[in-house]
Amino acid sequence: MTDSQNILVPEKEYVTLNLGPTHPATHGIFQNVLKMDGEIIVSGEPTIGYIHRAFEKLAERRPYNQIAPITDRMNYCSAPINNMGWHMTVEKLIGCEVPKRAQYIRVIIMELARIADHIICDSVIGVDTGALSGFLYIFQEREHIYEIFEEVCGARLTTNTGRIGGMERDFSPKAWQKLEYFVKHFPEKLQEFENLLLRSRIFMDRTINVGPISAERALAYGFTGPNLRAAGVDYDVRVANPYSSYEDFEFDIPVGTNGDTYDRFMVRLEEMKQSLRIIKQAMKNMPDGPIAADVPDFYLPPKEDVYSKMEALIYQFKIVMGEMDVPKGEVYHAVEGGNGELGFYLISDGGRTPFRLHFRRPCFIYYQAYPEMIRGGMLSDAILTMSSMNVIAGELDA
Amino acid sequence: MKLADIEIPWMEEVVDKFRQKFDTAILSVEQSYDFPVVVIAKQNLMDVLSFLKNDPDMGFTFLTTLCGLHVPGYEGGEFGMMYQLQNMEQNRRIRLKIFMPENDLDVPTATNLWPTANWMERQEYDFFGFNFVGHPDLRRILNMDEMNYHPMRKQYPLEDLGKHDKDDAKFGR
Repeated sequence: MTDSQNILVPEKEYVTLNLGPTHPATHGIFQNVLKMDGEIIVSGEPTIGYIHRAFEKLAERRPYNQIAPITDRMNYCSAPINNMGWHMTVEKLIGCEVPKRAQYIRVIIMELARIADHIICDSVIGVDTGALSGFLYIFQEREHIYEIFEEVCGARLTTNTGRIGGMERDFSPKAWQKLEYFVKHFPEKLQEFENLLLRSRIFMDRTINVGPISAERALAYGFTGPNLRAAGVDYDVRVANPYSSYEDFEFDIPVGTNGDTYDRFMVRLEEMKQSLRIIKQAMKNMPDGPIAADVPDFYLPPKEDVYSKMEALIYQFKIVMGEMDVPKGEVYHAVEGGNGELGFYLISDGGRTPFRLHFRRPCFIYYQAYPEMIRGGMLSDAILTMSSMNVIAGELDA
Repeated sequence: MKLADIEIPWMEEVVDKFRQKFDTAILSVEQSYDFPVVVIAKQNLMDVLSFLKNDPDMGFTFLTTLCGLHVPGYEGGEFGMMYQLQNMEQNRRIRLKIFMPENDLDVPTATNLWPTANWMERQEYDFFGFNFVGHPDLRRILNMDEMNYHPMRKQYPLEDLGKHDKDDAKFGR
């Protein structure tokens, strides 16, 4: 027996690290059980479902107009896009053409929501690299957006805005005033934010080549939205299948090349500018006319009519009690949400509630690539990758 | 223009090609709004999916979504799966459906073709109890592991059974 055989060589041991469920760096309730070799991640195992609220089941018991508030709670950073997506799905089912003015108002609100969504994601990437001040400054602009929402629909976060058939009310003069203020002052604030991070050496070192994904893998994993575009695929639902008059507007689709954290940051930054461009065009070319289609079965009549006319009273009663006549059929409608293609697959059997409603939630679909994206990287980079993917717990778990 | 009247210019061409290859597998073809909907036999599912994905003329390389269906009244096809594929280059979308009886919920997994099917199938297993044969990690995803039923099935109504004030029959339906 030689000496060398007596030496005990310890087997390599990995450290198991629980990142989450409630960890301040993950911005939501996500658990990741990470296997660590020092500070390098060997593998990760995400657990989701902590805020699962069974929306698909809930929707089978609710009349069509009462499903809009559920959609608020999916991607709560850009709730109006979810609301409009749902209204448009039902409009497609019942074959209702929404007036141009309502479509333009919807576009303005959806693009404002997209800016608010991207503000959160981009500023949080800054926070996770250690730059807190950008986050604090740019959140003032998000506040302005929420004030516009407040003026339009009375709510800030869970907006429940729009109705099946159009908008519930037109923009008030105050809303126009706030919108004009926002459009005037947002670019300079965004520029300030951009100057803070974009060419900062520290920020670039922390984000370039962090959590990259190739275009092929991204497509195989079902990525859509800014995360797919950062990988270099120019797919945008607003262009591929235009809805709500998006074909009337001129805007560019920014794409990245590496699919890393920096590219995702850049794509979102540029999209905010493009959204602003769309808002400006919509404000300039805002058509006159009604704000709702003539669908009395779905669109609540004006209150003064309800108190004075029999027919309006009947419709009011039927809608409030959820007794609309819905045609049979199955329909899929997708909108470009803050995180990608937000799809609604609806089957109606003619009853008062959907027979089946399935949400295609972009977060849920692309978050499964997370273990692959962080493998071999540092723990601190994993945090950045997660925030740059903009995983929203509400949309993830639905 | 009503959205229901939308014409799909490429539908005939794609469906013809599809028919040549899988004549017996296709049970029905129809158009539902802006989607071609093809119902196929369950045993041909994998062949059809890989044909649609890999054939250069088809090019449906992107799995948009999939979801389970439960149709209690449909004899011999109580459970169903819906697959929605997309051809991003030519901007085409297609929907496939399979149906199966309640006592045979084995479905071949699509994870070999698309890694994204992993969580989607786990969700449908969780909700409906489909057994995805060959799935690498078939566990519940949104509900807790201890749950002993599949909540999206129609026999689990959301409100209690004693409540009848909102029944369709009361409103002449």
